[in-house]
Amino acid sequence: MAELIASRPAAGLVPVRIADLSLTEESFGALTSLSPRRGAEGALGAALQQAHGLGWPAPNRSTQTDGARLIWFGHAHALLIGPEPAQGLREHAALTDQSDAWVALRLAGDGAEDVLARLVPVDTRASQFETGHTARSLLGHAHVSLTRTGDDAFLILGFRSMAKTLVHELELAMNSVAARKGG
Amino acid sequence: MRIPCPICGTRDRREFTYVGAALPRPSDEEWGAGWDDYLHNRENPAGETRDLWQHEAGCGAWLVVTRNTVSHAVLGAELARGATA
Ligand SMILES: [Zn+2]
Repeated sequence: MAELIASRPAAGLVPVRIADLSLTEESFGALTSLSPRRGAEGALGAALQQAHGLGWPAPNRSTQTDGARLIWFGHAHALLIGPEPAQGLREHAALTDQSDAWVALRLAGDGAEDVLARLVPVDTRASQFETGHTARSLLGHAHVSLTRTGDDAFLILGFRSMAKTLVHELELAMNSVAARKGG
Repeated sequence: MRIPCPICGTRDRREFTYVGAALPRPSDEEWGAGWDDYLHNRENPAGETRDLWQHEAGCGAWLVVTRNTVSHAVLGAELARGATA
């Protein structure tokens, strides 16, 4: 029987390194979207806390532990990144496996905010968008989930089918930011 | 133009999709003038209007946005679920 080799959504597109900026691909475990059943937000939060040590995130926020991250992902919607979801969560929420649906990019380095400022209609400066803050928005014309993961680092989740476009847009913006800096 | 999404905060217009006038759905089971108005007849006011928008590139929620078609001022937005028609 043929041995199939899984390929990453951004294989061959990254890494991109320009001056102090880098664009790389993250490789997580499972991605699962959670939608609480109506009125079950509290029970789901308690079950998540018990099973994964994660609190239910407020809008525009994420929560995390060492091996797992829970990102607010829209109205009554969050994305569990890392572990396989505990089966008990199904009692309180609709769970959907999204593991192969998204490309996960990490944009990092001095000037990362300036790159995003060219592409995303949300203020991502640290004064407005702190580590752990997240937003659903646009990057160019593509829908994304954007999360600040550190002082100079962002996680960008985009539709897998848009991986090439996202990398292209980001690379152009990285180049122009680097050029303006004279790097 | 910026729309104050009750969930995400104030966001750029390009994240939203315009859907149409926010009208109360007729309760009649039978076809009648109420359904004609609901489906086809619009006021097209010069002034304050209420329309449905979806925060399509944001949280995905459906909103009722109140705005003024003369001044272009956006006066407010609420979740369509539970909005007073
Ligand atoms: Zn929103």
